[in-house]
Amino acid sequence: MMLIAFVLQTVRIAIPYLLAAAGGVMSERVGVIALGLEGMMLGGAFGAVLGSYYTGSAWVGLVCAMGAGVLVATVLAVCTLRFRADQVVVGIALNLLVMGTTQFFLRLAFDSASNSPRVNGFGGEGSSLGMLSSFSNPLVWIGLAALPAIGWVLWQTPFGLRIRSVGEKPAAAATLGVPVRALQWRGVLLCGVLASLGGAYLALDQHQFTDGMTAGRGFIALAAIIFGRWMPLRIAAACLLFAAAETLQIQLQGAQLVPSQFVELIPYVLTIVALAGVVGKSAPPAALGKVE
Amino acid sequence: MTAHASRSVLTRTVEALLAPVLAVAIAVVVGDLLILTYGESPGTVYRLLLEGTWGNVYGFGQVLYKTMTLICTGLAFAYAARAGLFNVGAEGQLAAGGFAAALVGLWLPGATPAVLAVLLCTASAMGAGAVTGAVPGVLRARFGASEVIVTIMLNFVVLALLNYTVASHMAVPETLHTEVMRVGFVARLGAVVPAFTGSAANFTIIAALIAAIVAWWALFRTRSGYELRAVGLQPDAAEYGGVNVPRTWVRAMMWSGAFAGLGGINYVLGYKHYYEEGFAAGSGFLGIAVALVGRNHPLGIILAAFLFATLSQGGLAVNALVPKQLVDILEGVVILAVATTVPEVQRLLRQSAARLVQRASTESPT
Repeated sequence: MMLIAFVLQTVRIAIPYLLAAAGGVMSERVGVIALGLEGMMLGGAFGAVLGSYYTGSAWVGLVCAMGAGVLVATVLAVCTLRFRADQVVVGIALNLLVMGTTQFFLRLAFDSASNSPRVNGFGGEGSSLGMLSSFSNPLVWIGLAALPAIGWVLWQTPFGLRIRSVGEKPAAAATLGVPVRALQWRGVLLCGVLASLGGAYLALDQHQFTDGMTAGRGFIALAAIIFGRWMPLRIAAACLLFAAAETLQIQLQGAQLVPSQFVELIPYVLTIVALAGVVGKSAPPAALGKVE
Repeated sequence: MTAHASRSVLTRTVEALLAPVLAVAIAVVVGDLLILTYGESPGTVYRLLLEGTWGNVYGFGQVLYKTMTLICTGLAFAYAARAGLFNVGAEGQLAAGGFAAALVGLWLPGATPAVLAVLLCTASAMGAGAVTGAVPGVLRARFGASEVIVTIMLNFVVLALLNYTVASHMAVPETLHTEVMRVGFVARLGAVVPAFTGSAANFTIIAALIAAIVAWWALFRTRSGYELRAVGLQPDAAEYGGVNVPRTWVRAMMWSGAFAGLGGINYVLGYKHYYEEGFAAGSGFLGIAVALVGRNHPLGIILAAFLFATLSQGGLAVNALVPKQLVDILEGVVILAVATTVPEVQRLLRQSAARLVQRASTESPT
């Protein structure tokens, strides 16, 4: 029973990571650094709460979340793809921008500086499923399926081959008639959609928006992408590993074996170690960060 | 020759000013729209913003206080950027610097001469920043690890370790800050100019200005600065020219971290005299904006730091009418606008310059 509870909580914590990392790997595979994940998630969370609050339907919230994610991704794409602005600078600026924008409109929409009122999520408390109630949430299934699906698309379909070629050698891809810029746009927009679903999951799970509620999860997803060496199934494993560490820390809270701050550091330290090449060579897409 | 030289000076001036001016114009338009969503008049809000910052001595002092930290984090980003590296880790380096300064101030005996104590605290702030900056520098030079990702991840690591250390071993009960230091106090501006009394502005801003001069001199007047810029422009060519590229990267990241660490003395030595969790949260990231608008030049950085400090302080002044996050949005818009217009402006100027040269060569046959 302990084990089942552990697995279920790990999955719950992992869903936002899995969704954001799935988006991030699409963006990075077309050569655009996924530094804006945090902002896309936060935008998605805000959109979900707005939609659910004004209509009472979590499904509408989901649509609004995706709209917000696409909006953030469009700004990213216009700046980096159309105007070839520096991807690192744009990514960081977008995170600041979304953070400010959500807080700014929080007061306008809900007359509060810190959080929204309670909104409807998927499967209310009345659900008889108890511990299993999270499995009535469509986002859980989308989250679990996203990375395997992307792995299949990237390595088993002609479309995936083109996507990878754009991230590795865009000039060669263009020579073969691959529409490089169009595929980059698609990668970035898909990133926005998936990352915003990660944010929507957080907000609908907690039934409200609180300011800065993504709390660095976009960067943990980025860490998972790097630790998983840009391979979808490895990334999924990394997300679950990071989530399991958090679950362990929550469940052992009373025991105080390790300070909680140290457990929080696991994804970041592992990523630095992975980048230093201690656990095998990590190979990012060759054209990552270089849009021509 | 002279015509060509003067044109290039003109082009460079236009190039340096056009993008920031355009960016601020875009930000003002966005700001207007945002203010209108709250049913307020943009003119009233902007007037309030200026009155709360430049319009009274207290507000101006607060702007100067914020300028100090932003000069340091701006220099930090620019120094690494000149070597072709992205130091996104100023947030952690700044905190490490402030912590080290407080640690030394707590540890030194109370009888330490004031000047010596301030110098030791400042040196340790820069040292702690340099060590924090050196880690991504070494990982980049030795293993080719992306310094962007390492500095971002290291921010979380450094801040969590500092928070843990302070919260569980050093904090005054019920607070998130350490005891007040025994020595290492820097006077506030209010001690000399009474009108500033009450504002946090203090004389550590002189250290920031000296740092800007040192950075300018090191970058543009020394051999190692020339090498650093050569590596930033074209590492392969620099290496072929005999520059040790990995060593230049590590050195650039160490200095970059040292500049960020220096920013920590503003709060610790000049204002509160203790280290507190999150004492300058956000200033590290804002340094990127400062360096970008200041075009990675120390003089530009001083001006840009003043601009962004004005915005930050101005947010508090307008909070009654519109949320203070208005200025966060404006800052984000300015960064995006500068980042996108600079390459575009350069491209347009290069095109028009090429056209001019072409016309000149067709009109005056040799």
